[in-house]
Amino acid sequence: MSTSTNQYTAKDEVASVFIKRTFLQRSWITLKKAPFTAWLGMTIVLFYVFVAIFAPLIAPYGEAEIFKTPYAPWNETHVFGTDRLGRDILTRLIYGARNTMGIAVLTTLLAFVIGGGLGLLSAILRGWVDQLLARFVDVLMAIPSLIFALMLLSIFGSTALNLIIIIAVLDSTRVYRLSRAVGMNVAVMEYVEAAKLRGEKIGWIMVREILPNILPPLVAEFGLRFCYVFLMIASLSFLGVGIQPPTADWGSMVRETGELIQFAYSFADYQFFLIPILPAAAIGILTIGVNFVVDWFLYLTSGLKDEHK
Amino acid sequence: MHPILSTLIKRIGLGLVSLFFVSLIIFSSIQLLPGDFVEAQLGQSRTEETVAAFRKELGLDKPFHIRYANWVASAVQGDFGSTFSGRSATYANQPQQNTSRTVTSLLKPRLYNTFFLAGMTAIIAVPISLLLGITAALYRNSFYDRAVNASALTTISMPEFFVAYILIIFLGSMYQFFPSLSNVTSSTPFFDRVYLTFMPALTLTLVTVAHMMRMTRAAIINLLSSPYIEMAELKGLSRSRVIIEHALPNAWAPISNIIAFNLAYLIVGVVVVEVVFVYPGVGQLMVDSVIKRDIPVVQGCALVFALTYILLNLIADVISIVTNPRLLYPK
Repeated sequence: MSTSTNQYTAKDEVASVFIKRTFLQRSWITLKKAPFTAWLGMTIVLFYVFVAIFAPLIAPYGEAEIFKTPYAPWNETHVFGTDRLGRDILTRLIYGARNTMGIAVLTTLLAFVIGGGLGLLSAILRGWVDQLLARFVDVLMAIPSLIFALMLLSIFGSTALNLIIIIAVLDSTRVYRLSRAVGMNVAVMEYVEAAKLRGEKIGWIMVREILPNILPPLVAEFGLRFCYVFLMIASLSFLGVGIQPPTADWGSMVRETGELIQFAYSFADYQFFLIPILPAAAIGILTIGVNFVVDWFLYLTSGLKDEHK
Repeated sequence: MHPILSTLIKRIGLGLVSLFFVSLIIFSSIQLLPGDFVEAQLGQSRTEETVAAFRKELGLDKPFHIRYANWVASAVQGDFGSTFSGRSATYANQPQQNTSRTVTSLLKPRLYNTFFLAGMTAIIAVPISLLLGITAALYRNSFYDRAVNASALTTISMPEFFVAYILIIFLGSMYQFFPSLSNVTSSTPFFDRVYLTFMPALTLTLVTVAHMMRMTRAAIINLLSSPYIEMAELKGLSRSRVIIEHALPNAWAPISNIIAFNLAYLIVGVVVVEVVFVYPGVGQLMVDSVIKRDIPVVQGCALVFALTYILLNLIADVISIVTNPRLLYPK
């Protein structure tokens, strides 16, 4: 049997028309077409993630290391000076990326596990389970979530674990609404029916049949919910009931250094107002970056792209 | 019965039901405490007598449903109990000393301040955002529209305290136009109060205008794609007449919804802004009490916030039911 390479087959000719690209190649082609804002957003997000992951390597000093001079001016040893306890501000900013973002990511993930799971359960089971869950979520959503979070934190105390669980449960209501709504559309499809008749368990139907088909809106929602959770944790920390010292985090950094603003009488005193503004800007810029990426992602997955170009 | 009436009654009934459950959640939150609340609160110096006395004072010796009924009955009459801090039972040695204050006496002046701040913000923010939203829809995809949209997106992404600090730097510290501490008291005259409240109101305005403007723009653009607007355009009407005479009357329902939604959002934003400007409002009281873990005060504040939130949403729904004929005939 000879297997020479220049032998003609119809199959080869057909296959040669459609170049099979790897996942990486396809992603690169999509990325090349991405607008400037999307690139900007992705650069911002990747930069933050990089800083968060390699925080101990990048940071010049330890997270809670205390130096002799509190409120040291900006110089070579302390790029952004030190705070009122003499901790290096640049170091705390870098560690803040890790702590604030880490807690926000964990919270959002937990919210999606709770909200997404219950939402899909509602969509598949319908009936009284759905009614009960939906009404319960309605009631939870009738209380503003910041107020609810404040109340629960006053009862359980402000530890990082409590913070994650409380905000995740409150935020999962929004995820529940979305995943229930999009899950309902998929749950009535024939292949779901077929899976049910095959005798698949409910977990299989949720994860293998429905989830892959509702992934795009959920991923976009993940970005938006992350922004929301991130801002909420920052606000709570700013109010003094979120992430507790000595853990470095941006919200509480603004709170601790905010009083310096009163010494900024002109632009020459930039150090005074930039110290509290730096962590606050770090929060804002990440939110804008994520929003840019989510906008682009929504545009990609919404199916509108063909109409525009 | 008239369909509009039954829809209204249904909606108001739903509001009452959610109010009931919200009050139940707020009340029972104290039961969720891990361990014995009284013993934890009294700490090391507790004796058996003080524990029993404190338990009785809180009414914890009665069953749950009776306590809930009592709490609701007194809350309806404006009595939210008294604060934990300074309770006689917490002083083991001098039981006659009781410096505890009623929650209502703390809440009342602050409630007025918070509503003053929220009201002032609404008076500034609502007309501005409607104007911006309508003009942005009118000149959509123009440079003006893009500029307004981009700045709105930026303000939305910023935490409230960031906006507040930027304003303090420029208006309070570098150029001292307005005070950056809004320490109003009940005896402050009206115009001084407006002057002192200006910075927090401006912060809240910036944050809410962005939301409201974007939603107004979206609501109007959504309407502009409907056939009757195309008809009006084909008749040769000018763009402003199409928007003001044809689109706007149908946009009132979504717009009223947007306004109410954002006033409800103000209630949440108020907490952070009050803390930044040390404004004596309910939000600040709540944050202080959360740090002190003074549960009756937290419960009172949470109830007030939740009540306002539910009421505003209810009003918005009622307005959209009344102004939108399509809602009269549900499927």
